[in-house]
Amino acid sequence: MSALAQRLRPWRAAWPLIPVLLFLGVVFLYPVGQLLMLSGLEKGTSVLTLAHYERLFTSNLYFRVLVITLETSAWCTFFAIVGGYPVAYLLATTSERRRNNLMIWVLLPFWTSFLVRTFAWIVLLGRNGAINKWLQALGLTDAPLALIYNFTGVMIGMSHALMPLAILTMVSVMENIDANLPRAAATLGARGGQAFWRIYFPLSLPGVAAAGLLVFITALGFFITPALLGGRLQTMITQIIITQVQELLNWAFAGAVSMLLLVTALIVFYFYDRALGMSTLAGETTTSQGGGRRNPIAAIAAWIGDILLGLIGRICDAVSIVYERLVPRPADRLTRQWSRTVLGVVAFLIIGFLAAPTFFIVPVSFTTDAFIEWPPKFYSMRWYDAYFDSPIWMAATVRSLVVATASAGLAMLIGAPAAFVLVRQRIMGKTAMLAFILSPLIIPRIIIAVALFYFYARVGLIGTSIGLILGHAVLAIPYVVVTVMAVLKNYDERLDQAAGSLGATPLRTLWHITIPLIRSGLVAAFLFAFITSFDELTIALFVSGGLATTLPKQMWDDALLKVNPTLAAVSTILLVFITIVILLAEYLRRRSVVR
Amino acid sequence: MTNAKHKLTVRDLRKTYGPVVALTEAAFDLEEGEFLTLLGPSGSGKTTMLMIIAGLIQPDRGEVWIDGKLATFAPSYKRDIGMVFQNYALFPHMTVYENIAFPLRMRNMATDKIRQEVGRVLDIVRLPQVADRLPRALSGGQQQRIALARCMVYRPSIILMDEPLGALDKKLRDQMQLEIKQLHTELGITALYVTHDQEEAMIMSDRICLMNEARIEQLGTPADLYFKPRTVFAAGFLGESNLLEATVEAVVGDRTTVKTPDGALVRAPTADGIAVGQAVKLMVRPERLALLGPADSADNVVEGTLDQVIMVGGVTKYYARVAGDRAVSATRLTLGPISGLERGQRVRLGWSADSTVLLTA
Ligand SMILES: Nc1ncnc2c1ncn2[C@@H]1O[C@H](COP(=O)(O)OP(=O)(O)O)[C@@H](O)[C@H]1O
Ligand SMILES: [Mg+2]
Repeated sequence: MSALAQRLRPWRAAWPLIPVLLFLGVVFLYPVGQLLMLSGLEKGTSVLTLAHYERLFTSNLYFRVLVITLETSAWCTFFAIVGGYPVAYLLATTSERRRNNLMIWVLLPFWTSFLVRTFAWIVLLGRNGAINKWLQALGLTDAPLALIYNFTGVMIGMSHALMPLAILTMVSVMENIDANLPRAAATLGARGGQAFWRIYFPLSLPGVAAAGLLVFITALGFFITPALLGGRLQTMITQIIITQVQELLNWAFAGAVSMLLLVTALIVFYFYDRALGMSTLAGETTTSQGGGRRNPIAAIAAWIGDILLGLIGRICDAVSIVYERLVPRPADRLTRQWSRTVLGVVAFLIIGFLAAPTFFIVPVSFTTDAFIEWPPKFYSMRWYDAYFDSPIWMAATVRSLVVATASAGLAMLIGAPAAFVLVRQRIMGKTAMLAFILSPLIIPRIIIAVALFYFYARVGLIGTSIGLILGHAVLAIPYVVVTVMAVLKNYDERLDQAAGSLGATPLRTLWHITIPLIRSGLVAAFLFAFITSFDELTIALFVSGGLATTLPKQMWDDALLKVNPTLAAVSTILLVFITIVILLAEYLRRRSVVR
Repeated sequence: MTNAKHKLTVRDLRKTYGPVVALTEAAFDLEEGEFLTLLGPSGSGKTTMLMIIAGLIQPDRGEVWIDGKLATFAPSYKRDIGMVFQNYALFPHMTVYENIAFPLRMRNMATDKIRQEVGRVLDIVRLPQVADRLPRALSGGQQQRIALARCMVYRPSIILMDEPLGALDKKLRDQMQLEIKQLHTELGITALYVTHDQEEAMIMSDRICLMNEARIEQLGTPADLYFKPRTVFAAGFLGESNLLEATVEAVVGDRTTVKTPDGALVRAPTADGIAVGQAVKLMVRPERLALLGPADSADNVVEGTLDQVIMVGGVTKYYARVAGDRAVSATRLTLGPISGLERGQRVRLGWSADSTVLLTA
């Protein structure tokens, strides 16, 4: 065999990567590149210009919007982490059964449409919303508080929207922390406070950082919550892009703003990578690499952190010592640790904050009133009738189901084989390829949406279901690849080798051994992809071109006119649908564990 | 209190996980300076016992006394015990120095003193050069020694070790066994050690606590357990054993006579609670069985057919069928090439009355 053929051999085994790379190249890389290039050209020509960027940087407006965007994202990240940490900690340290039960209440909001959850907050926070009504009924306030159409509303809505993401990210790191480490600390003489702050907390920091990064980047591209729950002062950068494209058709300027957003995101990534390394994103707990700590800055930071954490630990322990003086813990019978009790209560309240609001949408959907008000006036099915009798709503629903199924199927078809290769073959440039496949997750979605709009406009895919399916597949592929890779990493490859040694061809091995064993993982990947598309608004907003609306797009259009009880009815139906899907997934998962 | 004399006393411990009984009716005393090993197959409740003593798991019932003080539900950090975990549980984000200094810092020791103490134990485990490394940059054996150093540095009154050598390869394990044993003797540590390896237990322990199915099967010195096992399980777990069914014929003073199914009479030392007519098992170690020549005699003799002769280097093993077709083996030193023995040949096997053990359970 020639040297070249030898060198190419691993690549022959890597052919399943080709469809996914081609697909993302055409439907993702090319359009995004085109859009960004557009920002440097004079309108309608191929003459280079900096005019769009000049406008961007000379106008005070865009700078202010950028600052607002960064500020809002930073606060939202802060709240999502601070609120999410106790829940993640409880989930990671409690018994398996309790974790599974609690996890459902975190997953439910995670999977529920942003739109539905935002509507729920309108029901709760509005002038005539539930909270204001209760406050007045209790006599705590005379006039309604302004909880909505301002910073408070945006913050509540966005923290609520992103906290589940923070929790799931942190849990994935915390689960990998050896439970014996805090135990070891206890036997070495550390009280609860020291054991937590000096041992557990530092080890969970990569999870906190990864969660912070994901929440921050996702928040940067938010527009649903600020648009529906914020006021004019909470306009975020994505809303600017939407206005530029939808109302002014100013592609080039939209491209420039997109570039600004992208660069901001990349800068955040750069600093994250410098500080912690990207591998923490994959849920690995990394501590400083190699031997000792050589970098002096890192050493000083570690030293300060050490003192700080030690101090917090001591304060916690001082509290517990005082508490034990007052309520001694006897050695002859079991007493509950008060710190666990506090944790339980706090986590319970936060999970309540995450799971409960959505259900307020349900009673509102049965109101007889023509608008959303608390308490709803019972009882009427008119809003459900309005939904089921409306050809527009029905068409949107059917389209969403079709598009979600097709795009999830497409993502599985080209994503899952790629995951196999990425896990099992040793090929050059694997990390780079993985980074490329995952980049649709990292690049703000609005940029993909606008880029696809521009691209589709020229190839005639605007307003078609095909266009939606292709676009949603771009977003679903990273989820599919990550999920299938995670499943395959835990799969014992010797099973396949055993099948091979027993005479099975690779294809039959795949069909009879591998796929049945990883079926629940594949189902999860499909559901992930399905929901990603089913809940997707950004791409639909542009690509559907006002013709082929999907359910979220229809809800958005309706909400912009007026948030009305039909939306509550649709939301309730969605909520029931999502709950069934989650319970089904959970049931399948538990069954596959028992087997 | 009678418990005051002992370093550690556990009484009637029980722990269940739902329907699973992890530990029950566990009781023993540990003396100052003693090396006691919990030995038993995987899942026999060894870790559970250790965790309860360390205060990391709460028992359903029973008591733990440490240094004469009741500590059943006392928090770990107040127990003054040290524990070496099976996977070492070194803090991955701290250097070796910081790991070892941790318990001292928790005791608010002055920095100078800490440096001195950490240096001292690093010398003891012969790893002074790794202080600034992170645990992951150490080999398995080095990590093991650092875990030991971290545990010794604050001079806990008892050191608990849960299969501390389980993750090491055979050669390193043999070496570490001797090192730990030596440290124990030199420093006068009181140690409670866990292993599932009977050889390791025999090498290291003053006493062995044999565990099986969540219970203590037998507790005694290695010699006790080897020469006077009280149960079939104990006989089988430590070393090899030949077991034959038998019925008690007569009990006269310190000698008991039993009869095997094929009618041979076997004499043995009288065991507790033996009554005439009772069905028992008689146990003889293979190395106590001799192949008798036509002129030889022994206290106990059975006849059988030779099955196989296998030379295993320094020893040769003889497998025979006796008394109702049961297989027994005899192990003799290999003194020269074997000749004149063939498969199917009738042989006489003999052993002394004193090397016979009667088992009722
Ligand atoms: N956290 C737990 N939940 C349920 N069962 C457990 C748990 N820990 C131990 N067990 C069970 O208790 C028994 C004793 O376990 P363990 O003490 O770990 O045994 P050993 O250390 O001797 O291998 C085993 O059957 C084990 O499955
Ligand atoms: Mg164990």
